[in-house]
Amino acid sequence: MPMNELTKLTIAEARAKLRAREITSAELTDAYLFAIDEANSALNAYVAVTHDRARAMAKASDERLAKGEGGALEGIPLGIKDLFATQGFHTQAGSHILDGFKPRYESTVTANLWADGAVMLGKLNMDEFAMGSSNETSYYGPVVNPWRAKGDNKALVPGGSSGGSAAAVSAWLCAGATATDTGGSIRQPAAFTGTVGIKPTYGRCSRWGIVAFASSLDQAGPIARNVRDAAIMLKSMASVDAKDTTSVDRPVPDYEAALGGSVRGMKIGIPKEYRMDGMPEEIGTLWRQGIAWLKDAGAEIVDISLPHTKYALPAYYIVAPAEASSNLARYDGVRYGLRVPGRDIVDMYERTRAAGFGREVKRRVMIGTYVLSAGYYDAYYVQAQKVRTLIKKDFEDVFAEGIEAILTPATPSAAFGIADQDMSADPVKMYLNDVFTVTVNMAGLPGIAVPAGLDGRGLPLGLQLIGRPFEEETLFRAASVIEKAAGRFEPQKWW
Amino acid sequence: MSVTIDTVKRVAKLARIAVDDEDAERMTGELNAILGFVEQLNEVDVAGVEPMTSVTPMEMKKRQDIVTDGNKAGDIVANAPATEENFFLVPKVVE
Repeated sequence: MPMNELTKLTIAEARAKLRAREITSAELTDAYLFAIDEANSALNAYVAVTHDRARAMAKASDERLAKGEGGALEGIPLGIKDLFATQGFHTQAGSHILDGFKPRYESTVTANLWADGAVMLGKLNMDEFAMGSSNETSYYGPVVNPWRAKGDNKALVPGGSSGGSAAAVSAWLCAGATATDTGGSIRQPAAFTGTVGIKPTYGRCSRWGIVAFASSLDQAGPIARNVRDAAIMLKSMASVDAKDTTSVDRPVPDYEAALGGSVRGMKIGIPKEYRMDGMPEEIGTLWRQGIAWLKDAGAEIVDISLPHTKYALPAYYIVAPAEASSNLARYDGVRYGLRVPGRDIVDMYERTRAAGFGREVKRRVMIGTYVLSAGYYDAYYVQAQKVRTLIKKDFEDVFAEGIEAILTPATPSAAFGIADQDMSADPVKMYLNDVFTVTVNMAGLPGIAVPAGLDGRGLPLGLQLIGRPFEEETLFRAASVIEKAAGRFEPQKWW
Repeated sequence: MSVTIDTVKRVAKLARIAVDDEDAERMTGELNAILGFVEQLNEVDVAGVEPMTSVTPMEMKKRQDIVTDGNKAGDIVANAPATEENFFLVPKVVE
């Protein structure tokens, strides 16, 4: 098969051809490495390409496949977000402060993927410490979205923080990618690039070996070209892990088996609070279209209310920075990464952190330090955690009434331009990108973003489905209905 | 609530981030924008509401209090900027 056809295969298609020995993992891996080497100077999706490692893993996969052996992802080339510790390979969370860091251990999620036979192509660009919604806070520079508006060459952001993951999947630079989501970092970039991204329930994927941002919100999940591929990847990524005390003791279901199931009679909630002032009309139209598709497939549509929705984003901007300021205290120039010498040890800490952290990270560490400082803890942090209890209760109430999934837009707009003036002038404008996704993290629920259409400029838009805890199968089933009705969306190759 | 440049400098000290006057000035504006945004949480009636401590109802996992890991000094210091004989080296802290 020609190289550009190999990279267009979905994970499910490649899996079938590998098992049937119609193609080899070596060929498939080489096709991806060639595509990456050709595209990366334009898209900046990868911060490290692990050619030798990829070829060695592909060779081992081919040997297993030749013997009729092999795991669920045997020979499938994947990209790994730079937030996951990969033993002996570049792991810097998109930051300068982890300069030169090569962990001596492997994250549980990536270890699960390699145990299932997947091949590592390299490490993917991201917002620094996963703090951002445009991939512009990366020390390695912004990722460029493979999508462009019709008749316009302007470079657009791929979203963030998993911008490298979303761009690489969309531009055929990996068969699928790992990603993480603290406030929308899987679902928003998936929506901006016409890909599928799922944030599973908190506790479903082990956080062990993932560089911590906000530990009560962080979850790993896949970004893939379609719903089936996302289901295949999540099954391999998820596990029960003794090394993460928040990993939940529940067997991992066969998510792929849930596909194709009917949504007949499924009660799907439409929350009125997600109709935002100033939301582009196209987003509203897309949402109505999604409702119609699910209704046509036999789902029962129910109007619901989640009254504390508007408080999720402000509560998030207390809880997440507070946890981040604590988690990022470990970067002190002593144990790993960058060190800037100083007059004494405190001066060394302060200079190291000033040079090693970018502006957005400093901003959040400062906010977190402030809201946790003496005299402000109750007014900010405790208040936010109480609001969080109410946000979770909103969802519990509608689930108790029989709602099985909730349909919302994934983002309040399509992809915007790199160095957008409004967003760089006001950090809160950038934060509003996560207005529809952040509630899900605050409540620990699963959420999936699925491409549902194009806007008037030809840019992809996504819908989000939110589910009950550990009912990812319901989301895959409902997302398949939307995918089937909407079709697939691919960018025009210009790079 | 809003912060002054002096508060920003004090918080930067607590966060161990060196800032010059220009940084502190810029951060004052940014922090006030964010604090202004989160102010709306005060509207919410939280009487009788428990602050969230765990998003998933679960008991914390415990393990046997036995040694399961160790003898990895070399791995632990492998990424350090300065080491000597498996110790981290830092600037002198005791006169």
